[in-house]
Parts: sequence; structure tokens; C-alpha cells
Amino acid sequence: MATTNGIRIAIVGGGLAGLAAAMKIAEQGHEVDLFSVVPVKRSHSVCAQGGINGAVNTKGEGDSPWKHFDDTVYGGDFLANQPPVKAMCEMAPSIIYLFDRMGVPFSRTTEGLLDFRRFGGTLHHRTAFAGASTGQQLLYALDEQVRRYEVGGQVKKYEGWEMVSLILDDHQVARGLVAMNLQTLELKAFPADAVIMATGGPGLIFGKSTNSMVCTGSAVAACYTQGARYGNGEFIQVHPTSIPGEDKLRLMSESARGEGGRVWVPREKGDARSSSSIPESERWYFLEEKYPAYGNLVPRDIATREIFQVCLDGYGIGGENQVYLDLTHIPAETLDKKLGAILEIYEMFVGDDPRHVPMRIFPGVHYSMGGLWVDYYQRTNIPGLLAAGECDYSIHGANRLGANSLVSCVYGGFIAAPAAIEYAKNIERNGADGSRIYDDEVRRQQEINDQLIRQSGTENQYRIHEEMGKWMTDNVTVVRYNDRLKETDDKLLELIDRYDHISINDSNLWATHALPHARQLYNMLQLARVITLGALNRNESRGAHYKPDFPNRDDEMWLKTTIAEYSGEGPVLSYEPVDISLIEPRKRDYSKGKKQDAAKASAGATTSGLPSKEGAPQVPVEGSEMKPRDLTGPAVWDQNKEEVRDVMRGETETRREQDKSIEDAGGKSDKL
Amino acid sequence: MSAQQVETTTRPVDEREIQKSVVIRIRRRERPGAEQRWEEFEIPYRPNLNIISCLMEIRKNPVTRDGKQTTPPAWDMNCLEQVCGICTMVINGRVRQSCSALVDQLDEPITLEPMTKFPNVRDLIVDRSRMFEHLKKVNAWIEIDGSYDLGPGPRMDQDDVSERYAYSRCMTCGCCLEACPQYYEDQYIGPQAIAQVRLMNMHPSGKMTRDERLEGIMGDDGITNCGNAQNCVKVCPMSIPLTKAIYEENRETVVHGLFGWLKW
Repeated sequence: MATTNGIRIAIVGGGLAGLAAAMKIAEQGHEVDLFSVVPVKRSHSVCAQGGINGAVNTKGEGDSPWKHFDDTVYGGDFLANQPPVKAMCEMAPSIIYLFDRMGVPFSRTTEGLLDFRRFGGTLHHRTAFAGASTGQQLLYALDEQVRRYEVGGQVKKYEGWEMVSLILDDHQVARGLVAMNLQTLELKAFPADAVIMATGGPGLIFGKSTNSMVCTGSAVAACYTQGARYGNGEFIQVHPTSIPGEDKLRLMSESARGEGGRVWVPREKGDARSSSSIPESERWYFLEEKYPAYGNLVPRDIATREIFQVCLDGYGIGGENQVYLDLTHIPAETLDKKLGAILEIYEMFVGDDPRHVPMRIFPGVHYSMGGLWVDYYQRTNIPGLLAAGECDYSIHGANRLGANSLVSCVYGGFIAAPAAIEYAKNIERNGADGSRIYDDEVRRQQEINDQLIRQSGTENQYRIHEEMGKWMTDNVTVVRYNDRLKETDDKLLELIDRYDHISINDSNLWATHALPHARQLYNMLQLARVITLGALNRNESRGAHYKPDFPNRDDEMWLKTTIAEYSGEGPVLSYEPVDISLIEPRKRDYSKGKKQDAAKASAGATTSGLPSKEGAPQVPVEGSEMKPRDLTGPAVWDQNKEEVRDVMRGETETRREQDKSIEDAGGKSDKL
Repeated sequence: MSAQQVETTTRPVDEREIQKSVVIRIRRRERPGAEQRWEEFEIPYRPNLNIISCLMEIRKNPVTRDGKQTTPPAWDMNCLEQVCGICTMVINGRVRQSCSALVDQLDEPITLEPMTKFPNVRDLIVDRSRMFEHLKKVNAWIEIDGSYDLGPGPRMDQDDVSERYAYSRCMTCGCCLEACPQYYEDQYIGPQAIAQVRLMNMHPSGKMTRDERLEGIMGDDGITNCGNAQNCVKVCPMSIPLTKAIYEENRETVVHGLFGWLKW
């Protein structure tokens, strides 16, 4: 192992992206300070279930990284800059192999090779998976490797510390960060040669989402308020079927609809009767009625929008944001065989048996395509500040394909790490008066804490959070209207005013939730405005961003990245062109092959046969298929491997069944 | 006008629900070393409440059942899908995750207590960093040559993968240690770490450095402290075959102890 030459990188966030970067930096012999709100092994990455994409082409399908690239760009409605997407897809097979070597129990073929399954947005078996908990398994593998470096002394973990701000010098260069100890509330400066943000998504801005409770986006928002640009904030992915909970939303796999699940609400608004006492004639199967050809198997974006609209119009069960997803007409034995594991998840968290009681579901905020603006080396506009994973905006464009999130996290970390080292090698260290900026920033942050503790008012921070979540969910998710977006921004301004009158309701400041939450809340409000105003400005529909008043994609006006920059008045928006140098944008058109897809889906092909705005199976366009022109990117994919690995031709029936049972078991978290 | 003005609580509820409430007793501690005390809370019943939702409700306006203003209870939570392990506590006397503990399935009053085998930070929060130290002690990782591209990993039988997968689901929640009568501070490393030894030792590459892991469970606090109470498997939320891991690794350590010296 190389000896350290004194480079110290701070990484904020211990999920897949943060740990991937930590491992790479430590491996190069440099030092890492790793900050995480929770012990890193408990990061949100554990929630991803579906799998990780990489065009390994072991199924004799002629898959290639280029096709993966094309699917990703197409699925993202051409909003992503193409070179980093291409680089990611080229690196993907080697990422999967690396995790295999690190001991991830990926599912196997009969020959003992890695098995791959199909996912939305592609025709190829490209998704490696470990049971129904791929994210958990990948995170653990990195956690183990990073622990190895922790024992070796190169990685120092600060678990239970939350980053509250960057430390910027007089030239707006990041020189470290201030973090808060969540037990003692101590604020401390951590000098670093570079800072890598890897903090995940901001789902909690929407109140309840499928995200974990640490996914506030707070640290990223702090960077934004200190001058970091935020890209494509308005692109928020909403999954059509999640299980509403009092505490959060949990995903329900779409295989439930694939297996014949029917979506309905009572025809009468606010009907308080139990589902079983509502006769067939008084049930509104709105998807079947509005889309007779596809019925419940409409594309996911349509399903999401329809369910959302029905509830917004007051038809949700008991007036709430819920509709029935009914499986009770299917024999219990059939359900057990085909959907066993996902029904158990529902039972565990709801307590009802979906074999006999219709499930209650609602679309749930799931993923942010937007995030910190970064260049092709994961560098933000602030020198010394990098970002990777869901908290950067770079890979998924207007919409993310299933099983691409895990690979983008690892890719981001693997690019950010060498980029941070390179930067650190060339930077001039602070001079003798360097310590001033650290002391100043700690003092500034301490004043914020003191003010929050001191102030007393009538507002309740948790209620402000709830209100923000409700407004954001109602108006800035699935269906967006300009007047409502404007009202939402006004509401956010009101909430920001009211925020000044909150009082911390915990007189015991030891290990309190209240103060950290109050700080997160302020940051979430700032980011909520970025999302809302970005959506207000963008008058088109693209990927996850849908405006009924502007139903079409408008490349001429809007094939542009939204850039938000902080000012005291609010976000300042500007736009930059998208790098489309590799694949020419084309319309996403599902008019062909729909019949075929519908037939496949009804034959029980679960989700993968569904045409969908966000991730449709695509027929490769003749001639669009090219060999990568340049393999000298950050990762070189070994073309020869394809010949060695291309041994599985055709599938046996058992393997296909195996695929399916695992698909049924999970596939929930990572799909749309 | 639109649903945005509708409060979340406007859902029509029937008579029974209006009258019903949930009584929760929480064992609290202000800070390490402070006396523990019980506080009782009452919140309105709603269908499909889990313990986390109850705690969130109490946190918003922390008033005890007898009307006394108090501090909000502190607890850990994150994924709320029973995969991160952080929200583990003792509920009605049984150690489990609070996210998957549903009020409808619990007897009332519901009692919430912190785990007892780990230092109590505040209220329901405990410090389980000891469990991560265990993982260091047993070298719970595969010694890869490097993270650069060295091609695919070793081929594996799906049966072996399935067995490893079961161990690999351990989320370090600590239920097994809480329930183990032998586990107390540094007396016994416990089933969690032993299962991870099993996970790593089963891997074709992991096997090559097996001995170091075995040494990690052969000290005074090692595997022989297992009293075979089998509580660990009963409480494991991930149904990990912990006793099987202990059996297998016990055998490996015995073989290693008898013949390990031959390698030198």
C-alpha cells in the first residue's frame, strides 16, 4: 500500500457513492474523513431492491454498453449530457464484476455465472441482482472494504455527524466543512483538500416519500446556498404504486398489476363503506374505463398521473390519497406462487392480507434526477467541491430507468475519487492565516444554532414540514399547473417567514432531534423553491415533468439543463445546452409494438413488458446502433470479455421461473 | 379549491375510531448515567399505525397522558422498511424493529424500552458501535487485490449463493445480541459476528484468508461462549440461520485449532 502524502478528502454521505469514493481514495493511499448522519451501513442505498444494470451480454442477445447508453439517454428523454452517461455504461460491467469479487451474493445461472434479468426500459437481460435486496448487498460489500481501510487507519468515520456548511476561502474555494455532532450539538471545522458530496436525494421535502428519513437534501442545500449550482431540480420521479403509511411510503412492485391486479375507487366521493360492501356496480375501475385497450397495464407514467388525478378530484378512498389495488379476485394459491414475497411486505407494514382485502396504494415520490451541477469529472462549480450519486444531476436526464441508480452511484464515486485526488495534488494549501476561515465558519454556524435555541414563537417545525410536504406533493409532483406552482412558491415563502417563529420544542438538547431537524427544514425550504420554480419556468412536458397545458416535449426551447443559483431573493435560473454529441434526440414513440407489449404483459411478463414514458422497452432503431467511438474514457471496457462470457445461449425454463420469482419478490424499490 | 387545502386528518372516521386511542409507555433517560423513568402518552387511534408513526405523533406535541408538558422522546429511525436496522428497540418486552411493529398487532398499553445490552444514549437510542468493532475484529471482508478491473469473480453454485445470501442480509440491528443470555459487554462476541465469519469463509476468495477470521472468534470472548440457548435465531428479523453459522464455525475453529499449526 502506498504511503500517504498528506492528501485528505472529506466525503459527506456513506451510501454507495460515498463509500465507492472512500474506497478508491484510500486505495490510492490518501486519507478520508467520512461523514454520515447514520452509521454508513444504515444508509438509504439499502432500500434499492431491483438490481444493477451493466451490459455484460451473457445471454447471447447482442447487448452492449452502447445499447445501455442509448436506453438510458432515451429513457431520460435526452436531457442528460451524453458523454458521462456513455462512460458510465462502459464502466458498468466492470463495476458488477468488482462487486462480484467483493463477495456480493449475486444470483447465478446453472453454470455458476452471474445471472441477469430484464428491467423496464430495455429489451435485454442487463440487470444483475442479489435476491430482492441488491442495494443492501452492494452497500454492505463497500462497507466491508471501507472498514478494511478504517482498520488500516486511512478512513476515519464520523458517524452521527451532520454536515451543516462548507468552509469557503476568500476565493470561494472549498477548504473543508463544518459538521455538527448529533449527540452533543458540537460544531467543528474539518479542513480538507477537497469535499465530495454523496448525500443522496431530497425526498423528505415532499413530506412522505419512499426515501429514508435521512434523505433531506439538507447538506446539498447548504452547498447551494453557499454558491453551488443546482441542476434540473424540477425532475422528480414518482413511482405509481406505493403503500401509503403514516410515516412513509413503501413501494409496491408493479408485478401486482402484471398479475391481474385491478385499480379502483368507489364511484361516490367519500364513500365510507368497507371495500367488500361496495358492490361491483359502484366501483370505478378508472384505468380500465379510460384505457380499454391496456386497462390496468397502462404505462407507468399514465398510471401515476391517473391515480393522482382521481385523488386530487376527491375520489380517493374515504377522501384520502389512496386507491384500491385489488387482487382478491385471484385465487390465493396463485397469488402465493407468483407474488408471495411482495404480499408479505404489504402484510408486514399494513397488517392486512392482500389475498382477501384490496391493497391501498398511491404514487410516491421516489427519486430526484436533479441535483448539484457537476462537470464530466463530478466537479461542481465550486473549486474543491465534487458530488456523486443521487445528489448530483448528471446521469438520468428527465427520468431514471430502473436499476440505473445503483450503477450511477458507484460510477459517480469512482470518477469523483480520482478527480478529487488530482485536484488536491495541485492545490495550494492555505497559508498561515488559513485557520481564520475555519473559526469564522464555525462561529457563523454556532450563531444559527444559538438563535434557534434562543428564539421562541408559536410555530411548530414539524407542522411546517408537514405543510411543505403536502403542498409539494399536491402541486409539484405528477401533474403540474403554472398557477398552482406559483401558489406553491408563495406558500413556501410564507413558510420561510413562519420558520422564523418556530421554537425548538425540546428543552433537553442532548441527542435531540429538534435542532438538527430545524436546520434541515430551513434547507429543505430553500431546495423546495428550486424544484418549484424550475418546474414553473419549464413550459413543456419531458420525462417526469408533466404539464397538461404544455403536453409535448419542446426541444427547440427546452432541450436545456436548468441551473439554479442561490440569491437572497430566491433561486436565479439559467439554462445551458445539453451535450447531445453522441445520439441525436428522437421522439419517444410507442405507437409501434404496443400490441405485442400488451400481450406480453398480460401473459405475466410483469413490469418489463410495459411500454412506458419513463422506461419503455425499445426496439433498437436500425442504424442507431454504433460501436463506441472512444473507449479511452475513465473506464475502459474490455471488449474481449464479451467473447469469453458469451456462453449462455437461450434460457432454460427453470431459470426463467427463477427470474420471475425474484422479480416478484422484489423489484420494488428501484423501478419506474 | 384543490386538494391542497384539505388537511390530512379530514378522513371520515367511524365512531369506534374516534373514541379509540393508543396508550404508549416509554422508558426514558435524559442522558447517559441519568435515572430511567417511565412516561405514558396517549394518541388518537388511526388504522395502520406503526410504532414510528406513534412516536412522530408524540414528538409533534410532547404532552404526557396526565397533561404534563415534557420533552419529545428521542429514537433512531431511517429506512422504515426493516432493512437498515437502526430503529430496533424492545417493544412489549420483545426486541424488534419499531418500523414493522404495528399497533393493531400489539397489546396495550404498549411499552417501548431501549435495548439493554448497549450503552443507552438517550430515551430509546442506544450506541451499537460495538457491533461494527466486532466486524473489524473478525476481518469481515473479502481481501480483494484491488478495486480495479480484474474481470469476473469466481464461479459459484446457486445453492452456495443462497446460503451466503441469508447471512448477507444481516443489518447489524443487534436483536440477536439483545436476546442472547451469554452476550454481555465484552464477554462474548456473539452470533452477529460469527455469522459474518461464516459469510466470508464460504466465499471462494474469502476462504483463502479464513484462518485470520477464525482467530478472531477463538479468543476468550470467542465462539465457545455460546450457551446454545438459541434465542438468537428466534428473534432475528431476517431469519438468518445463526445457530447453523455457530455450528459450522465452531467446527472450523476446532479443526483450525487441532491442525492449524501444521501450516507453519
